[in-house]
Amino acid sequence: MITFMNNSDSEEEPCNERTSLMSAESPPVPSYQDGLQASEAGEVQAHRKRRTGSSRGPSNTADGDVSDMGVPVRESTAENEEEELTLKYGAKHVIMLFVPVTLCMIVVVATIKSVRFYTEKNGQLIYTPFSEDTPSVGQRLLNSVLNTIIMISVIVVMTVFLVLLYKYRCYKFIHGWLILSSLMLLFLFTYIYLGEVLKTYNVAMDYPTLFLVIWNFGAVGMICIHWKGPLQLQQAYLIMISALMALVFIKYLPEWSAWVILGAISIYDLMAVLCPKGPLRMLVETAQERNEPIFPALIYSSAMIWTVGMAKPDTAARGSSHQTWDAAEDRRDNHRSPSHADSQMSETRSPIPTRPITSFEEEESKERGVKLGLGDFIFYSVLVGKAAATASGDWNTTLACFVAILIGLCLTLLLLAVFKKALPALPISITFGLVFYFSTDNLVRPFMDTLASHQLYI
Amino acid sequence: PMGTDMAQTRHRCQQMLSLSHRAFFWLVSLLLSSLIWFIAVKASDPRDEPLQRGLLIFGVMFSVLLQEVFRFLYYKLLRKAIEGLVALSEDGCSPISIQQMAYVAGVGFGLMSGAFSMINLLADSLGPGTVGIHGDSQLYFLTSAFMTMVLIFLHTFWGILFFHGCEHRRWWEIAAVVVMHLAVSGSTFCNPMYVGSLVPSYSLMAITAVWAYLLSGGSAQNVRRFLLCKS
Repeated sequence: MITFMNNSDSEEEPCNERTSLMSAESPPVPSYQDGLQASEAGEVQAHRKRRTGSSRGPSNTADGDVSDMGVPVRESTAENEEEELTLKYGAKHVIMLFVPVTLCMIVVVATIKSVRFYTEKNGQLIYTPFSEDTPSVGQRLLNSVLNTIIMISVIVVMTVFLVLLYKYRCYKFIHGWLILSSLMLLFLFTYIYLGEVLKTYNVAMDYPTLFLVIWNFGAVGMICIHWKGPLQLQQAYLIMISALMALVFIKYLPEWSAWVILGAISIYDLMAVLCPKGPLRMLVETAQERNEPIFPALIYSSAMIWTVGMAKPDTAARGSSHQTWDAAEDRRDNHRSPSHADSQMSETRSPIPTRPITSFEEEESKERGVKLGLGDFIFYSVLVGKAAATASGDWNTTLACFVAILIGLCLTLLLLAVFKKALPALPISITFGLVFYFSTDNLVRPFMDTLASHQLYI
Repeated sequence: PMGTDMAQTRHRCQQMLSLSHRAFFWLVSLLLSSLIWFIAVKASDPRDEPLQRGLLIFGVMFSVLLQEVFRFLYYKLLRKAIEGLVALSEDGCSPISIQQMAYVAGVGFGLMSGAFSMINLLADSLGPGTVGIHGDSQLYFLTSAFMTMVLIFLHTFWGILFFHGCEHRRWWEIAAVVVMHLAVSGSTFCNPMYVGSLVPSYSLMAITAVWAYLLSGGSAQNVRRFLLCKS
């Protein structure tokens, strides 16, 4: 799911049991989505932990709640301006999301191409019990469809479970689950990854050093994600976590199942976010009813910092709001974490009715960011990684899928600017990605190979 | 200051966006042309060498024409986008000029084309092997690199020329771009006689560079001033 930060009157991202990575939040605020995945993962073995969630919704609703206060006052004067600004900054948002998505994909492709471990078939996940080593094509297709059905139903069940947990306020449970899940991801999976990379490059490392490195990495990650930390470090951890998750998916999903699952996930995403009875939609509505600042779990946010630029040039506006803003700015400088930004936002927004709106609007929109769920990162990377792993060693296919996904993301952001509500980020990109993968692999590759062998250029 | 700052970031962002859109358009054109070629090949006899070669030539020419068609479509799209931006902006003038868009579009096209040509070669060059062991030219990698470079530059300049021609309704400029593209692609049929392909391509590139420079408002005086480091 994809959405504007302070532009939320809609739902969030489908939280499937995917990663339980949160873009950090204040501990008191429960991040149920992550928790869901975390506990889910914690149950079985390590490899169960491939659920990655993408829940963008919660933070949106928080923003939405806050912005609702200012809306009535705003509407009359600045609606048009708001639209213009939104569209103008659309380009900036797109770039802000291009970079992390690209980084995540680069990490995944680089690992796939160099570390053999992630392309070896070493068994399957418990969610895809049917094997694809069948003699006939029809049987294989049937097995992959069955695998997909099982996987998607597990995801739906987990999401509904999450919604129920949230409805009945089992915050502690969710929070604990979340922490457990991110612990596993940050420590265990990193250990495995590091081990494989060291093996590939034949680098020797002793256990004490390894322990030190992993401990530091994991501990800082836990702090950054669950508590406070510099925004960029948080973003970096989220990207790494998404890449790790995607690698696990790529390794343990059989080929045809992976493609069918990708297609099915984007359809599910579409339905869960847009249908009135979709679990995610219900989640957001519940959160909005309770007026709770939802934990932006499993969300990558591009711009959470309200810089000192917030000190508006409009001196007349200072007036009564000066006090609040100074305090907010101080806190901002000290803490710079999304949750604080959220709370600051609520603080700074309260003076809205007492002063001219337009200047505030401009300041605000300058710092607007976009949020993208981690599940989106993961599935984009799975698509590109699978293309890199299985496209007969061809880089053109990988490049084509990469461009297709970026263009899909672009289109989704454009739609976001037009509709101004949370949208599913998977369908368009995944569709483009799949179309380009299959067509490039089967049509363009022989053409380009023939051209290259004769050294012809088009 | 904040206003101009915002404008500049927007500017850059839009340029990068344009690059990626461009890449996408090129990709689609490549896809369609490979589809046609693929169908033609499957429908024909694979053992008939001259026929296969003829089909390949046809595929190349068709692909070139399709690329130019997509360049035109992209121009149309950009036109609409710029009109939209102008409508939205406060002072009625667009933050991005069509020339800048033309340049970025050309670069995007060129980069995508270059990437697709070179990336597999680069990946293979990392691995063990001997160039030209079966009697082919030993300069394969080197000439591929030069050819790709010249194509990328050419795409950039063609972008400028093409957009300029579309803007000012000078159809002969557009026709010139198409003819040049066909000529360059056609010259690669001389490979491995690299004299026949590299030399004309580079001279065409020089001509196009000067032409594009003049069209973008440059002049001999500017060059002199730049070279002599006068302000």
